[in-house]
Amino acid sequence: MASVSFETVRKVFGKTTALRDVDLAIRDGEFMVLLGPSGCGKTTLLRCLAGLERIDGGAVRIGEREVSDLPPRDRNIAMVFQSYAVFPHMKVYDNIAFGLRMRKKPKPEIERRVREGAALLQLEPFLDRYPAQLSGGQRQRVAVARAIVTDAPVLLMDEPLSNLDALLRLHARAELKRLHNDVKRTTVYVTHDQIEALSMGDRIAVMKDGEIVQVDNPSVLYDRPANVFVGSFIGSPPMNFLRCVARNGTAVGDGWQVPGPPAMDGKPMLLGIRPENIRIGDGPLRGQVVVAEPLGSHTLLTVKVGPDTMKVVAPADSAFRPDEMLQLGPEPHKVRWMDEATGGAVTAPH
Amino acid sequence: MTGATATGRRPSLTRRTVVDRVLLYGAATLLGLWTLLPIYLIALAAFGKSLAVYEFPKSFLPTGFSTETMSFFVNSTGVLESVRNSVIVALGTIVLGLSIGTPAGYALARFRFPGRDLFHLAVLSSKMFPIAILSIPLAVTFIGIGLYDTLLGVVIIHSAMVLPFIVIVTAGVFHGVSRELEEAAMTLGTSRFGAFMRVALPLALPGLAAAAIFAFVSSWNEVFAATILTVRERTLPAHVLAGLNQSPLYFKFAGGFFMIIPSFFFIFFMRRYLFNLWGPGR
Repeated sequence: MASVSFETVRKVFGKTTALRDVDLAIRDGEFMVLLGPSGCGKTTLLRCLAGLERIDGGAVRIGEREVSDLPPRDRNIAMVFQSYAVFPHMKVYDNIAFGLRMRKKPKPEIERRVREGAALLQLEPFLDRYPAQLSGGQRQRVAVARAIVTDAPVLLMDEPLSNLDALLRLHARAELKRLHNDVKRTTVYVTHDQIEALSMGDRIAVMKDGEIVQVDNPSVLYDRPANVFVGSFIGSPPMNFLRCVARNGTAVGDGWQVPGPPAMDGKPMLLGIRPENIRIGDGPLRGQVVVAEPLGSHTLLTVKVGPDTMKVVAPADSAFRPDEMLQLGPEPHKVRWMDEATGGAVTAPH
Repeated sequence: MTGATATGRRPSLTRRTVVDRVLLYGAATLLGLWTLLPIYLIALAAFGKSLAVYEFPKSFLPTGFSTETMSFFVNSTGVLESVRNSVIVALGTIVLGLSIGTPAGYALARFRFPGRDLFHLAVLSSKMFPIAILSIPLAVTFIGIGLYDTLLGVVIIHSAMVLPFIVIVTAGVFHGVSRELEEAAMTLGTSRFGAFMRVALPLALPGLAAAAIFAFVSSWNEVFAATILTVRERTLPAHVLAGLNQSPLYFKFAGGFFMIIPSFFFIFFMRRYLFNLWGPGR
């Protein structure tokens, strides 16, 4: 078991800085998700932890040990790659045994642990097959089994589900979460899929442009995003942002007023509210329905409020027509105030 | 009505396909004849009666099988020695060419380093110098350092000649082996070199085998450098060339046939691989 920490880690590729002084502490046994859009540096950070990239500044620690300059094999980690990287010239059995053989384990132990790993991932019927004879989902499980049987205390996963089709991905997501609960390894999981992050992570580190913008558990991240970026990246549909100006404890928008913003008189601000935290029928906002999309479990409304457009979650049985005028009330304790200039959250008034 | 138009359309489509087929197979047959006919005639002469090669008009059908011509060739003075030399030189070329070319190809495929493109170009441009221009300075140098008229000298020259091909081919082969496979091996406990040996190399083996066969055949068939740089330690082509004017016609046919054989094997082994190299197979 081991914790992981990044201390002011820098990584530069030619003229571009991929990681800008990243600090992150991952607890022992934690499932940490690195989440961000492509090119944000999340995979680079993972590769720096694996030892596949050399860092240009700072330090990487696994447990108490600094590993910044160690090659991958001396870091005692295991990794699942996006392409799975299952060795095509070896049978499933030999793939899973590879890490154990490299660690010079005795033969009976290898045999036992390969069978255990195969059982854990339902791969027993395929041990004698070559990867080319397996489906994408089975190959993915081989990659996971190969990583898990090594007993490395830190497990790295680089978008392991992104090459699976939607249905299989849903299934594999639950399987990976169950697996983590079973083996309790410290796991660092890279994804650009916010739903994956929310559903799997103990904590999520949201990254943008080589920096970590917020680290928190999924519910805090969802309810109290640190800035506009996190609010719009997490959640589907994302958080709504309405432009307004703060005046004497009231946010004044185009044709509406909502009490409560922090004392930042005269400053342009954004009222952030999640689509499902808006009351329909009464409230300070007046909007015009643009389109109503019934989605089965609920109906998603696109509503124009002044110059801004927002998404509102309405009950499934509601029948709204385009151009209908609605009164909308953001739930006060769910409102997140942002400074429009910086995009950062302003200390909540409650 | 609809049935009539459907049947009315179909024959014209079929006709076009037929024309396409005829053109395609016609061209393929012509090309095939162009290469195979001389080989057939050589084989005919090599396995016919010695004196049959002087007959006129020639018969296109085998008139009588005989190993007399081939055994005359194989038993001629110097032929066995030169075959042995050729085999040694060709194997040496494989070893030297691959041991230099494989790491170079790997580096080209895996690493971005300053001057990479220039290196790539340099590899190709070395093919621009005709061996004829290089031969005199090479002979002089080889005499100077004691490599003249040695098999090692020929091995070195042949290796130099096949290196560009080996580098380019192995670079292509390693390019096809995903980098993540090696990285996976490294995270599982191998060193950088261990990952190469256990993952990249086994996966590249078919391609490397093709490069090796190419090196063998190139060396086996190479005549100019081998002739210039040797006097006694002749390879087979150099030996045949040296005696070309004095030898009877059937000797030439036998020698020619003998030297074609490895190329045949080369094509059969490489066929699938060459298609991969030059475009998608159909």
